Amino acid sequence: MSTHTERLREQKRQDTDRLMNWLSRFSVHFTLLCFGLFCLVPLLLIISASFTDEIALTRDGYRLIPSEFSTEAYDLIFRNPTVIVRAYAVTLLTTTVGTLIALTFMSMLAYVLSRPDFVLRKPLSFFVFFTMLFNGGVVPYYILMTQYLHVQDTFFALMLPYFVVAFYVLILRTYFAALPSELIDAARVDGAGELRIFVSIALPLAKPALATIGLFTALNYWNDWTTSLYFIRDPHLYPLQYLLYIIQSNSQAMQLQSAVGNITVGEVPTQTARMAMAVLATGPAALFFLFFQRYLIRGVTLGAFK
Amino acid sequence: MDTFRNNEVQLPISPHQSVWVRRWASLKGHVFRRNLTWFLMALPALLWLLIFKYLPLIGVWIGFTDYKVRRGVFGSDFVGLDNFRFLFATDTAVRATVNTVVLNLLFISVGVIFAMLVAWLLFEVYTSQLTKYYQTLLLLPRFISWVVVSYFVYALLATENGVINAILRSLGLQPVSWYNSPEYWRIILLLVSLWSGVGISSLIYLSGMLAIDPQLFEAAKIDGASKWQQFKYVTFPMVLPLVVINVLLAMAYIMNADFGLFFQVTRNQQLLYPVTDVLDTYIYRSLIVTKNISMAAAAQFYQSFVGFVLVILFNWIVRRIERPDEPLSLF
Repeated sequence: MSTHTERLREQKRQDTDRLMNWLSRFSVHFTLLCFGLFCLVPLLLIISASFTDEIALTRDGYRLIPSEFSTEAYDLIFRNPTVIVRAYAVTLLTTTVGTLIALTFMSMLAYVLSRPDFVLRKPLSFFVFFTMLFNGGVVPYYILMTQYLHVQDTFFALMLPYFVVAFYVLILRTYFAALPSELIDAARVDGAGELRIFVSIALPLAKPALATIGLFTALNYWNDWTTSLYFIRDPHLYPLQYLLYIIQSNSQAMQLQSAVGNITVGEVPTQTARMAMAVLATGPAALFFLFFQRYLIRGVTLGAFK
Repeated sequence: MDTFRNNEVQLPISPHQSVWVRRWASLKGHVFRRNLTWFLMALPALLWLLIFKYLPLIGVWIGFTDYKVRRGVFGSDFVGLDNFRFLFATDTAVRATVNTVVLNLLFISVGVIFAMLVAWLLFEVYTSQLTKYYQTLLLLPRFISWVVVSYFVYALLATENGVINAILRSLGLQPVSWYNSPEYWRIILLLVSLWSGVGISSLIYLSGMLAIDPQLFEAAKIDGASKWQQFKYVTFPMVLPLVVINVLLAMAYIMNADFGLFFQVTRNQQLLYPVTDVLDTYIYRSLIVTKNISMAAAAQFYQSFVGFVLVILFNWIVRRIERPDEPLSLF
């Protein structure tokens, strides 16, 4: 009798435990889902607005689901696509060429700094590292670029800023330093030159690290608008993000003027068209991100991104 | 190191000579060629750093001159500390400093709490299939440009047709003209900064939690510790060093605001400056809008110099508290 009650009690305790366990797991998942939605929903708002009818957007406001579905905004952009196509071309060119040059520069430097028998290893490592401690900032850089190098309004100005990022160099160096030295010694015994060893042994082995750093660099280029803010005045050289900024600030100025009553709003891209532009500018980067996200997560755990 | 020794020809070098003399003497034949190749490989990046990172440091001088574009950096008149005196005589520079430090402190402190919370939640259900998707969602914001962020913030805050005001109206409350009301912007910027940054930092802390020896949790479970107790007595103490060091390193860069956050998300609205004008936006305006280059350079030097001192200081603190087997300091 008593054993039976005890068994029942035990059974009940286990049930409560299981229930509590399930409840706690459920609440953890629920909270995480909320955080996830907090990250996602603002972006959905832009997508939804871009597919809303202009008048409906003004009347009903921004909503997660378009109150009146319309592709008018995209039609408007693609009817006269020169501006956005040009901006796409500028961004694609700076991103691909810039990332390639950056990866070449940084991997060569990082590999060399990872060689224990390189005589200048210590002083040159400090030379790289010091740039992380003291940052001259944008003013002297601006003067150098505009008054002495005269590179404003060139592709060069757009590509320059991310060629060497000290932090990425240090990460790559750590990765190269961890490669098995036997392989490199063996190649040396076989008579391979240093450049050859770097290209055909070190680089292929470092692919994961290169992918991570390459991805970060590509995203830096893709999302860059500050460089243009300082150095680009020629509309032909506007990259995507800067074009978005210009459209936004122009429409703001127009709104201000039309509020004062100077002009009628005619030329300003509609709200929905602006949102559609944002979607078109972010879409590829977002897809890229989804596709390569394991490299990103690895990069984060490497401390690559802070 | 071994190859270095094996390949080395015995050289008549006395051990009393300095390291550098010995190294120079060993630079012969293939060893020399190897080092030369290496140096040439490093050269493009080194030159880039020299031109675009070190050369501008000379430009710090501009802050001490009455800079005239036509007369150049060294042709302009030296005015000593006048620019700095003028800079701190204005309320704007002081206000920008206060805003930078206060908002950064807010972002760091609230950010670390949320990052730890999310990391812990992810850790608790790490084996679940869903975790992968949570990670994706949490990482996504970091890769959206500030311009696009400003677009959706506008969709949320627009006075006439924004989402927040629609919610306020449906609750029977008075809608707010957000872009004209500086008093709300500390919170708004905090939320946007959390949106953008919590995912990344939580993944860093998660990797720290995953590195904890699972036996510790087994032992805690056998002792009957609840989930919360496990966090309190195992997880939290184990990742605390990582958290402290991340926070300290973030404090080292407290003088540097995220230009995109403060420039784009606020739409550079002048009415909001009392709360949202930070050193970086102030420097941008002096340089590009008002074109007072000397003043911009003075403010820039002030930011860089204080930043440098803080980096050294906080790195020193990190060095004092880090464990010698896992160095986390910058240098």
